[in-house]
Amino acid sequence: MPQPETSKSNSPVVKKRVSDPRAVQVLLIGLTYLFFIGFIFLPLGLVFSQAFLKGWSFYLASITEPYAIESVKLTLLTVAIVVPVNAVFGVAAAWTITKFNFKGKTALKSLLDLPFAVSPVIAGLIFVLLVGSRTPFGSWLGELGIKIIFSTPGIVIATIFVTFPFIARELIPLMEAQGRDEEEAALTLGARGWQIFGKITLPNIRWGLLYGMILCGARSIGEFGAVSVVSGHIRGQTNTIPLHVEILYSEYNFTASFAVASLLVFLALLTVVLKSGMEKHFQKNSFHH
Amino acid sequence: MALFQSKRRNILPGFGLSMGYTVFYLSAIVLVPLSMIFFNTIPMGWEPFVNAVTAPRVLASYRLSFSTAFFAALFDAFAGLLTAWVLVRYRFPGKGLLDALVDLPFALPTAVAGICFATLYSPIGWFGQILARLNLQIINTPTGIVIALIFIGFPFVVRTIQPVLEEMELEIEEAAHCLGATRWQTFRKILLPHLFPALLTGVTLAFARGIGEYGSVIFIAGNLPMKTEIAPLMIMSKLDQFDYAGASAVALVLLCISFSMLLLLNAVQEWQQKEYRS
Repeated sequence: MPQPETSKSNSPVVKKRVSDPRAVQVLLIGLTYLFFIGFIFLPLGLVFSQAFLKGWSFYLASITEPYAIESVKLTLLTVAIVVPVNAVFGVAAAWTITKFNFKGKTALKSLLDLPFAVSPVIAGLIFVLLVGSRTPFGSWLGELGIKIIFSTPGIVIATIFVTFPFIARELIPLMEAQGRDEEEAALTLGARGWQIFGKITLPNIRWGLLYGMILCGARSIGEFGAVSVVSGHIRGQTNTIPLHVEILYSEYNFTASFAVASLLVFLALLTVVLKSGMEKHFQKNSFHH
Repeated sequence: MALFQSKRRNILPGFGLSMGYTVFYLSAIVLVPLSMIFFNTIPMGWEPFVNAVTAPRVLASYRLSFSTAFFAALFDAFAGLLTAWVLVRYRFPGKGLLDALVDLPFALPTAVAGICFATLYSPIGWFGQILARLNLQIINTPTGIVIALIFIGFPFVVRTIQPVLEEMELEIEEAAHCLGATRWQTFRKILLPHLFPALLTGVTLAFARGIGEYGSVIFIAGNLPMKTEIAPLMIMSKLDQFDYAGASAVALVLLCISFSMLLLLNAVQEWQQKEYRS
């Protein structure tokens, strides 16, 4: 049953708070649950009920058939490249923005957020326009035997673009709040640049960095639109897990499609649990993008 | 003084390296690729460009993307405000679970959301069966697109309102109560104006995301030309026909609109901060 929020203070005198009548509380909580049932719980339930429609053996067969395994491998490879690359960039960008004063800082910050305003399909399109086989640069690369579009490098680059701002966005507010005092103190004590970074900055930001990497990883696993443009959908070669789900679904192979999708749901739930756990631990409630 | 140059003496080392790396990476991954949209549109010339972006099918797709994103963001304004309010102000069983699951639309791959909603609302699906008896069809209609976009935009609204609501001092409400205001008056005259900038930010983010959304929409939309074909899908189908110039033209219009929305959002946030200070 709903109870009014009690005061968190330790004082023995518990102030009576202004709160909504019980009936209003029950109504609003009920409406929220209704929304969650329709938009969160039932869709999640549907994935599992569809995935296991033909039993355990069919489920296992769907997620262990060669094309499914290849798609998992490609997705893991993509994540393994994208997350570290964007982490290095995120730290460098956050270090530049928070540790120095320079002209054009606001402009640089806005440019970092640019990929958020770009539709995933456009994110894929720009790389087809840049290095596709019909462009001058792409055909020159083709002569050298380098294929980017309809191949793994294209998937990796498009995913880097889409997840580009995630880590920097988590680190900038954190490092702004921490200031420069500790680093400057280390400098006066004779520490060198990389020593300062490795012994002071990095330990200070490690949880924020991990948090950003989790978000970046989750998005890398699930990116669909951008990857769909650059992949070419070649089974066993350029199919990531979400693309494999799409292909199975469009072939009316619904049970197998939901079986593979259930793997993505597990990862999404894991992300949500890790994220809320870390937030609770570090009292970090804001998460805007 | 040149752009991106150190303004006054910075004490810490590594400015050149970190700035150089940041600008290089930003250019290589974001700026140069994005500029390709312009370089592929400019050779078209003005008239073919206008023809490409005002073709009836393209115009219909813009209209559809904007109207569905708008209605979804509007719905999210109510659902998001309600959820943020309930999560911040009340205690009830399952609160922690709901709070964590608000982020599910961020974490769940869009294609999975897409096949879920398409299956739920198909004529033999859990919701579709009930709606079919009422002679309502959701799948292959704009309403289906709105439903998918409500899911996608929901966390943006909740997560922008929640911190503002948490920081609000209860004393103001108590004062209003002492002065004889009813709860509803307090909500309308005190809480809502205070929450409005955050609400507007969240709704704008949800709207901007909705315009460009692809994965969650294409499964439930049915993609019927002139009826349920969204703008990102138009880009996709032009690409499939190797009409690179046409795809860039459609993308350019979509990008200009998204960027101006983000600029508007920045203006709103500045106004919000000024309001907050005063």
